[in-house]
Amino acid sequence: MNMMSEAAVEKALDKKMNDISYKMIGKDVSVYYGEKRALYDVNLNVRENTVTALIGPSGCGKSTFLRTLNRMNDTIDGCRVTGRITLDTDDIYDPAIDVVELRARVGMVFQKPNPFPKSIYENVAYGPRIHGLAKAKADMDAIVEQSLQKAGLWNEVKDRLQEGGTGLSGGQQQRLCIARAVAVSPEVILMDEPCSALDPIATAKVEELIHELRANFTIVIVTHSMQQAARVSQRTAMFHLGNLVEENDTDKMFTNPDDQRTQDYIMGRFG
Amino acid sequence: MSQVSMSPSMAALGAASRPERRDIGLRGRYAAERRFRLYGMAAIAFGLLFLFLLLFSVVSKGYTAFQQSMITIPVEFSEQIIDKDNERATNPQKLVSANYPVVARDALARVLGVAADDRAAMREVNGMISDSVRVQLRNLVTANPAIIGTTQPVTFLAHGDLDSAFKGQINLDVPEKDRKISDRQIGWMNQLAESGALSKHFNTGLFVNGASSRPEAAGVGVALIGSLYMMLIVLVLSLPIGVAASIYLEEFAPKNRFTDLIEVNINNLAAVPSIVYGLLGLAVFVNFAGFPRSAALVGGLVLTLMTLPTIIIATRAALKAVPPSIRSAALGLGASKMQTVFHHVLPLAMPGILTGTIIGLAHALGETAPLLLIGMVAFVADVPATPMDPATALPVQIYMWANEAERAFVERTSGAIIVLLIFLILMNVGAILLRRRFERRW
Ligand SMILES: Nc1ncnc2c1ncn2[C@@H]1O[C@H](COP(=O)(O)OP(=O)(O)OP(=O)(O)O)[C@@H](O)[C@H]1O
Ligand SMILES: [Mg+2]
Repeated sequence: MNMMSEAAVEKALDKKMNDISYKMIGKDVSVYYGEKRALYDVNLNVRENTVTALIGPSGCGKSTFLRTLNRMNDTIDGCRVTGRITLDTDDIYDPAIDVVELRARVGMVFQKPNPFPKSIYENVAYGPRIHGLAKAKADMDAIVEQSLQKAGLWNEVKDRLQEGGTGLSGGQQQRLCIARAVAVSPEVILMDEPCSALDPIATAKVEELIHELRANFTIVIVTHSMQQAARVSQRTAMFHLGNLVEENDTDKMFTNPDDQRTQDYIMGRFG
Repeated sequence: MSQVSMSPSMAALGAASRPERRDIGLRGRYAAERRFRLYGMAAIAFGLLFLFLLLFSVVSKGYTAFQQSMITIPVEFSEQIIDKDNERATNPQKLVSANYPVVARDALARVLGVAADDRAAMREVNGMISDSVRVQLRNLVTANPAIIGTTQPVTFLAHGDLDSAFKGQINLDVPEKDRKISDRQIGWMNQLAESGALSKHFNTGLFVNGASSRPEAAGVGVALIGSLYMMLIVLVLSLPIGVAASIYLEEFAPKNRFTDLIEVNINNLAAVPSIVYGLLGLAVFVNFAGFPRSAALVGGLVLTLMTLPTIIIATRAALKAVPPSIRSAALGLGASKMQTVFHHVLPLAMPGILTGTIIGLAHALGETAPLLLIGMVAFVADVPATPMDPATALPVQIYMWANEAERAFVERTSGAIIVLLIFLILMNVGAILLRRRFERRW
């Protein structure tokens, strides 16, 4: 179990703890939807330039935790978050933190591909445009091309950038959404079951992509596929009924987990 | 269930021992479907029938209103009648108050060969000419006094009864004393028609004239302008206010008791009878704010109040229909709430908003009751220059004409309905075109 003492958190805030640098630190995170409690004092740290997989049975609070990391929970009526989450040294629930700026630093890819009903170019350019990241048209073109290249989509769409983003196949749409998130140059990318609507080939492409993105970004991914968690992540966190059961190196998690419940879940005995 | 492969013999066996087909009520289900389709088609046929009846009755009665009988004859602007004592240089009023109908009557009598001392005949000749000739000739003379003493060809309106007779709308089998036009007048009418002096022209007067007690000179001009002003006022006020209110309620307002209450009230307001809005407008805009009665401004404000709930409900429905994933996508990229709404949600909701707005406007265009209460049912002869001037509206004009007795007003009532319907069709076509433009989804 990865329970951290208060002192440990303070140390981590200095970004130094056993040579591991933590990008985001969640301390005693609880989430309530109205009266209903969905997360119980979760302490989970996200390492920099690492892929962290969140696994667990349906309804255990993976998406809920993921959404606390870029405050997408703010958009849900009656949702309340307690505890403390830091991004580098900033407490992201501090009233002084601007949520717009936070989301520019912590991007998100959703379960269902949700491109805007606009052109492919516009989809990718939208984020940089609202954040004023490109001054000239040429800069924007460069950002769009780089982002699409990082998302492994450039070669497929370079001749039809002005066509609609919703006219792409499901897998292409999801990669477009990843390109869109990448275009803003966030520090962390959150992915909520990004492959659940994709076929094995598209899934393989996205997984490959996650591998490559790891060099520049910190990634947190929710997945229902144990194989996927094993393939793409270095760290894995297991949730159950709103509790964080265990967080460990992915290798250890899948071979020799500390917690019996993890063992049972991975072996397919519940969930 | 792990059959790996099926040998041909097994397949044959399978076919032979195929179980009895279960009765899953297919026949009943298909029958139900057929019946339902039949109901649907019957309902549509019924609706179309009534639509056709409505259009047929209106058009068949009203198309003649777009033509008007006119008499073209040489008219002598006799100095003897207009300005006997030659005072016009000193008294300009003389030209205004001169007896112009007599000028026209004499001209027509001369063409028909009626002796000037046959007073009964002269009265009947006079009965063939529209009273509007007074204003027409007066305008001609005051604009150019030099025509006094000359003879000019002039085209003027035939009297409404002559117009009806010429269009064949008066039953000539009725005894002469019971109809509005005498046998002698019918004879003259045929004589004039043969010589080409009496003919039908396109009725521009219907579109430019204001109210008149003489049907041949009455038009929907004032009503058209009044309705146009009101539509502009309604559009300019209710679209921005309605859309702003809906966006705030739907996207920004917290969901609590208070906003629930507002929502219920808006829905109720949409169902409030329009005459209540008329009373409200009378109390607030006329009696309290002191705006002039009968003005298009007040009518527009009242109709705005009436249209707002419709637009708000339609806009909120359109906003609700935008998939939440689009909002999440924009918010997740760091767009502010406002950017999310204006860059993504509003464009997607636009077709729905426009449809709602046009439906609201169309309702407002056909609304009569509240306008009666704020005095737009007045007799307005002059085209209103501004929305502050007295005006009427198309449906009110129809209502007023429908209450008139003359035959010539009957066709004008239907004619005005046709004009109103054309207006509505144009608005709907506009709505469809706008929808097309905005609906360019990828
Ligand atoms: N918007 C919401 N309003 C109310 N309750 C919610 C909402 N979203 C989630 N919950 C509740 O919070 C709990 C955790 O939900 P969450 O979506 O985080 O689960 P999850 O682990 O992502 O499940 P899945 O694997 O099925 O996506 C569930 O019990 C769910 O019912
Ligand atoms: Mg989920």
